[in-house]
This record gives sequence, structure tokens and C-alpha cells, in this order.
Amino acid sequence: MSDNPGNNKVFIPIVQSGNGSGSVPPGGPTVVIDPVTRIEGHLRIEVKVNNGAIEDAWSTGPMFRGLELILKGRDPRDAWVFTQRICGVCTTVHAIASVRAVENALGIAIPDNARILRNLIEGAQFVHDHVVHFYHLHALDWVDLMSALQADPAATSALALSLSDWHNSSPAYFQSVKTRLQNFVNSGQLGLFGNGYWGHPAYRLPPAGNLLAVAHYLEALEWQNQFIKFHAILGGKNPHPQTYLVGGMATPLDASSQAAITPARIADLRALVQLGLDFVNKVYLPDLMLIASYYTDWAGTGGGYGNFLSFGDFPGASGNSPANLWMPRGMVVNKNLGQAPQPVDQTLIQEYIAHSWYSYNGGDQAGKHPYQGETRMNYTGPQTSFSTLSGEERYSWLKAPRYNGMPMEVGPLARVVVAYAAGHARIRELTDWVLAQLQVGPDALFSTLGRIAARGIETLAIAEQMNTWLDELENNILNNNLTVQNNQRWNPSTWPADAWGYGMTEAPRGGLGHWVHIVNGKIENYQAVVPTTWNGSPRDAQNARGPWEQALVGVPVADASRPLEVLRTIHSFDPCMACAVHIVDPQSNQVMQIWVQH
Amino acid sequence: MSNQPSIEQELIQRGVTRRQFLRSCALMAAALALPTSAVDAIAQALASSTRLPVIWLEFQDCTGDTESFLRAVQRPDPAINGAQDPSLTSLLLDVLSVDYHETLMVAAGYQAEQSRADTMARSAGQYICVVEGSIPTALNGYCCLIGGKTALSIAEETTRNALMTVAFGSCAFDGGLAAASPNPTAAKGVKDAVPGLTNLVHIPGCPANVVNLVATIVYYLTYKKLPALDSLKRPTFAYGQTVHRNCPRRELDEAGAYGDAKHRAGGCLKELGCRGPVTYHNCPTVKWNDGTCWPVQAGHGCIGCTNPAFWDTMTPFYGGISDD
Repeated sequence: MSDNPGNNKVFIPIVQSGNGSGSVPPGGPTVVIDPVTRIEGHLRIEVKVNNGAIEDAWSTGPMFRGLELILKGRDPRDAWVFTQRICGVCTTVHAIASVRAVENALGIAIPDNARILRNLIEGAQFVHDHVVHFYHLHALDWVDLMSALQADPAATSALALSLSDWHNSSPAYFQSVKTRLQNFVNSGQLGLFGNGYWGHPAYRLPPAGNLLAVAHYLEALEWQNQFIKFHAILGGKNPHPQTYLVGGMATPLDASSQAAITPARIADLRALVQLGLDFVNKVYLPDLMLIASYYTDWAGTGGGYGNFLSFGDFPGASGNSPANLWMPRGMVVNKNLGQAPQPVDQTLIQEYIAHSWYSYNGGDQAGKHPYQGETRMNYTGPQTSFSTLSGEERYSWLKAPRYNGMPMEVGPLARVVVAYAAGHARIRELTDWVLAQLQVGPDALFSTLGRIAARGIETLAIAEQMNTWLDELENNILNNNLTVQNNQRWNPSTWPADAWGYGMTEAPRGGLGHWVHIVNGKIENYQAVVPTTWNGSPRDAQNARGPWEQALVGVPVADASRPLEVLRTIHSFDPCMACAVHIVDPQSNQVMQIWVQH
Repeated sequence: MSNQPSIEQELIQRGVTRRQFLRSCALMAAALALPTSAVDAIAQALASSTRLPVIWLEFQDCTGDTESFLRAVQRPDPAINGAQDPSLTSLLLDVLSVDYHETLMVAAGYQAEQSRADTMARSAGQYICVVEGSIPTALNGYCCLIGGKTALSIAEETTRNALMTVAFGSCAFDGGLAAASPNPTAAKGVKDAVPGLTNLVHIPGCPANVVNLVATIVYYLTYKKLPALDSLKRPTFAYGQTVHRNCPRRELDEAGAYGDAKHRAGGCLKELGCRGPVTYHNCPTVKWNDGTCWPVQAGHGCIGCTNPAFWDTMTPFYGGISDD
């Protein structure tokens, strides 16, 4: 069985000693991970390791599509359908940001039912996405599949029962999972699990913990398929639910029509929310706490800058103003949890391209606000096969968004930190509980592990909140308030000749903003500044690292040929690369010129 | 590899009874529009097949087709509502060995690329290559790099020795979103980026429906050939009839606005821009998310996502279409 990937054979490490094109910094080896897998899209990470720890890091987005150029000249009412396809993993969030931007530009207030439907669809997206991220994109950085084969099913059952009263907990159940896993390994076809870093010394869970987590990896595959029927009921399908409209939603509500959402369908939705709550309460959070308890040293590493930005989301009945958002908007700088979050002013957002494969009119050092967004391709990277990009002046298709010049982390940790500082009751309660269980202080939040915990905390809080929105929707239906769209300004003849607007939302991966300029009924310019561009950006004009790059500095690497620790920290951010890179010059078709040159 | 269990054995290990197995074969036959006599052939093929290796390539994509693929993972579990039988698509993980898939695989970096190379060497001519996303050709392909290689070169080397290549989703079909005018990256579908491939199947849709992927693969396992294809290389069992023809809203009065009485009552959405009359797809019959719903049922018009160049030919989405 020499070709059995389960044998954990050692591969030749891709370790470069600094001989690539460009001026590679001197020092220890540069470790390249390309592709970084278990993420959305394509990502390359290079780190320089010195004395067993990361000294410097480079994040490269190696793909782009040019979506903003494609949107130019199109009907702004269509934009949400296009932008939703920026990402199929965080599906739906770009649709929300897009309709909000167009509604903001055209001065359209949406009906209460549309607000509730959007909150519900987005809430379901968070719960689904976070669970899938935890099990299918992140857990196997902490859980050793091969160690699970050594587990005693009775001990695994005892461990499971000590954590929760989830029904799948008998020794026979864990024996069946173990047998299935053993057969899978014996078959020689390890499929998705082939060539993992199994047996790496940084894996610390005991065999029973590993078997428990692997069993739940498989259960979560089943669960997510059921839970996300929530989107199908309200939006026809998932991914890419198809029910948004500028001015509202296309989901019919009517207690007396089987073709509409009725109280009976609301009951189906409630059952799905309960399915979500049960899994989060009895499986996801107990597993998260179990894993965290074996890796508390990761509460002291991978933190990065400690600057956090949340646009906030889930508006209440009186509109999109910051004070009306259930998930608060705000900014916490330099890990300061002791003060109320600072307000967010979208005019202070700028994107830099000094180290990206673009150029700006007027020089590459200044940043540009999205309304002035300009992205001329300036690909200076290699044209043949290459070993490293870390010595290159420019090394990514991602721009570098900054808030008032500062690199900011967005995502679950940013939202939880901002909500915590803002005194959000449920988020505070859950956060304090997690910290107390792990016997760590609030500073532990600023870490790789803190990011993982924050994701779990907000998953539960959002899942709980979904029942409130279902109550609101049901009350409206029973009161015969059935309006789902404000179509007073549906017709372009009612629009101003020149209109500017922006729409903000929170995607599972962080704050998301769309900016649109509409001229004579058509899109003149469209820009999206997305979570992974904030987090995964390259260096800016001040040479400040992006948040991922900064978070990697200081992270230990035990074995440069199997850099598991890099994956742990990068995955804790939940990268989404298709979101991050989709931009090209809306002013001139620069792509074609460069294409001809080469 | 004599110790590899057959698909039927795998299912039985997972608690699926022989009767349930035959029932899912029958569902598969129905989806493929085959007579009931085909059920035995399908069952025999699945009972004797080992899992097919799959190399799943993602290029200029949004991972929406992968998410659709994940919605196929369902097996009977009395603890989960509504999952009493193995669904049509529940065979997916049991039929396939997904050896390379950037979003889902555990291995990263060099070891990930090693998995792809191993499968290509060990199973030359015996693996399925699924392509998701378009392939950019601008900048000599340097706007989509994986492991330092261009998408174009990876597509060429991986499809060359595949048993079958499936362009899954509209982007792999004809360039899709990235190829929408003015196609900034000169993005192409597989058929144009790697011309001359035999055994190429198109399963367009945005996203594509996993039911049609599984049915195509099961058909191949059963009959050792591709199902009947139309002139665009789409399986006719899935793309043979218009959405409108099978739409339950078809016979009812047309809605004039979203939320009006006729919209709520299930009326036709043609006046609101529905592309169902010009779109060939089994969306209304197989539906989505294990048959839960589909977009027109949920109240929004069809956007025509299985049509060639649909981002240009079907837009603006809310405008009228010629009445045919």
C-alpha cells in the first residue's frame, strides 16, 4: 500500500531559501502555502520563519474577475443578481449590500416585511456558514483524523455525555463511525482526507476527542443540508436565493394562499430554527469549548493589530440608522474594550494599491474612497513559473482598504468586540461565559482562538434572535400587512439623473460595503469593499502589513514542511477570496492594453 | 485495491437497507427519464462499482456550484426532520472519491497539489474532472494562479486524461459571469479554453443543480457512455423542456406587481420578467435543496441561468421577452 495516502508519507517541503525573482529579504526560509485550501477561492501565503516562529508574512490573492467593469452601463435593479455571484459561500450578503446601495441612491424606504425577510435570510446564512466553517473548513486543523482510529468508543461516549445531551452519543454510535472511518482508510481512497498533516505534533486532542469531532464533522454535513432549506422556503434555493428586489423582496406573504408564506410555512421555518439552535447548543458550542480547552495557548497568539471595525446589521422596525441595528456598528482600536466603540464614518474608508497589481491616476501612494474607486491593472508579477512572491514590490490582486489610514480586522471577532464594548447584553453574557469556562481574561479574545470563540458566540445569539423576526413576520401576516416591495420608484423615469448611494451589511466574514453611482438610469460606477479585502490585504502605502499578515507574525511553526500553525491562524479568519478580488478599472479598459503588451 | 467496497456495500455500512438502495436507484431512473426496466441495470452497476476518483477544479468561481454539490449530502437519519429515505442525490459521497477539491480537501499547498498529481498518475483515464468557474486567458492566464500555475495550464493537463470532464455551472460552461460583456479577463468556458475534448458534458445553471450531476455520473456508471446530449452538450433529461412548460404558475393569471393579489395567489410571472418560456431546465421538477422549492415557486421570475451568455442575453432581468 505504498500509495496509501493514509500512511502519512513525508513530502519534500516547498521551502525556499530566498532565491526567487526580486529582492528576497535575507534570513530564514520562506515557507509557501499555495493553494491554501479549505477556504473559498484561491489564496497564497508566504511566511518567513526564524527560530521556530514567523517573522514576516505575505498574503497574495492570485485570481480576479473584473465584476465592477461588467456592471458598468447595466440596470441598477439587476446589480444584486450579479453581485450575489461575487460569492456562493457567503451567498446572499452581496445581494443585500447591493439593493441597499441602490435604495440609498434612489431614496427608497423598504416595507417592514422586506426588512424582516432580509434579516431572516441573512441570519440563516450566518448560522449555516459558521457551522460549516467550524467543521468543514477549520476543525481538521485541530482534530487529527488518524488519531480518531485509536479511540475507544465507550470513552468517546462518556466524553460526549459529559458535554451535552445530544442524542447521538452511545458507544455503538461511535463504534459505527469508527468502523466507517476505518473502512474508508482501508480502502486506500482517502478522498478529501488524503495528504493531511496527520500525526503532526501540534495536534493535541486525545483520540476520543478526535473521534467525537470527526463524527460531528459528518453529522454537520447532514445538518447543513437540512437547515439551509430555510433559504429555499423564502428564496427558492440555496445557494443564491432569488428573491431580492430593489425596494423590497419578491417573497409573497398571504395567510390564505398556498402559493405564499403562510403561518404554516412560518411553523416550518420555526422548526428549522430549532434544528439550528439544537445543533449549535448541543454540538457546535460544546465541541468548540472542548477543542479550545486543549489549545488555550492559542488564546495568546495570532491576534494581530487589535483594530476592529463592524458595520453592524439586522435593522429594527425604524430603519437602517446605526442606533437601530441589533448587531451594533462601531470601531474598537488598539484592543480597547473599556470605552464605548467609536462611530463609523464611511467617508474615511480608502483603498491603497502601493503593493497591489494596480495603478492609480495621480500616483500609487494616496488612497481612494470607493466613490472615486479606480483600479487600473498593473500586473508586474512573474510571467513564468515562480517560487516566491515575497520579494516583489507588488504581490496581490487584493487592494488594501484602510479606515482613516488604519488596517482594521473585520469579522466575527470584530463584531463581538464592538458589541461587547457597546454593552450588547446577550453577546456580553455569552462572551463572559466562554471566558470564564476557559479561565482566561478578555485579552484572550485578541487571538486565533478568540476568533473561533467569537464565531460560536454570535452564531448562538443570531440563531436565538431569528425567532423574534419570525414572530414579527407572522404578526404582520395575521394583521394582513402583506406588502413586500415599495415600487413607487421602480420605474427609472422616477429616478434622479445623477444619484450616489452606499449599502452596508455584515457578511459572516465581516463588514461589507457597496458603493454605486447611477447616471441616467444606468450604473456609472460600482465598487465593493469586502471583508476579505480588509483582512487579507497586502501592505499599504505606509508599508503596514494587512491584518492576516500581522496576525501571522509571532505564530510558531514546528515543522516548515507541514505548516499547520499557519493554517490555524489563517482559517480562523475564514478567508473568502472570490469576494476579495473582483475589481478592475471602471474608467478605462486597461486590461486590454496590458494584455496586448504581453 | 481489491479491498475497496462497492457502492452498495458502502451504503449498507451506513445503515441503508437493500430496499432503500433499490428505491434510490428507481428515483435515479425517473430523474433520467428511463423506463423502470433500467432500475436493475442501475442497481447492478452501483453494486459492482468502486468509488470513482474525482478531481474538482475551481478557477474563476464563486464556489456556488460547490455549495450546490454539498447540498447533495444526505442520508437517512431519524434524528433529522424529513430525511427518511436516501434522496436521489444521497449517493453522491458513496459514488465518488473526491481526491482534489480546494474548498473541501484537508491537504494544503504542496501536499494538495500532490493529491492531484497522484490521482492523475494512478487513475489515468479513470477519473472524472469537474470544472467549476471560468478560465481567464488575458495576461497569458496570469489572473488565476494556483500553486504558481495558471488555470489554463491546469485545465489542459487535468482534462487531457480524464474519463469524463463535467463543466459544472454556467461559468465553466461558457465563461458565465466573468465572461459577461466586456469580459475583462477574456474568460472562457472549458469548451473554448481547452478545445477538442471528447466526453465533455455541460451542466449549466447558476448554480448548477447537483441532482443533474449525480444523475449524469450514475448514467455513465450504468451504461458506460454519456447520456443523450443536446447541441450544447447538455443532457436532454435535464435540459429538454422549458421551465415554463412545467411551471405550476403557468395557467394562472399574470401578476402585475410583486406582492399584488395575483402574485400572492401563484399567478404567472411573465409580466415581471420571468425567463421561464425561453429557458430549458428541469428546475420546476427536481427543484432545489432536496426538492424543497425553486425560484419561481418562491415568487421571483426565472433569470434564464442555463442559457448561453445569459448575463448578456437575459438582461435586463426585469424587462420583457418576446412571447413565443
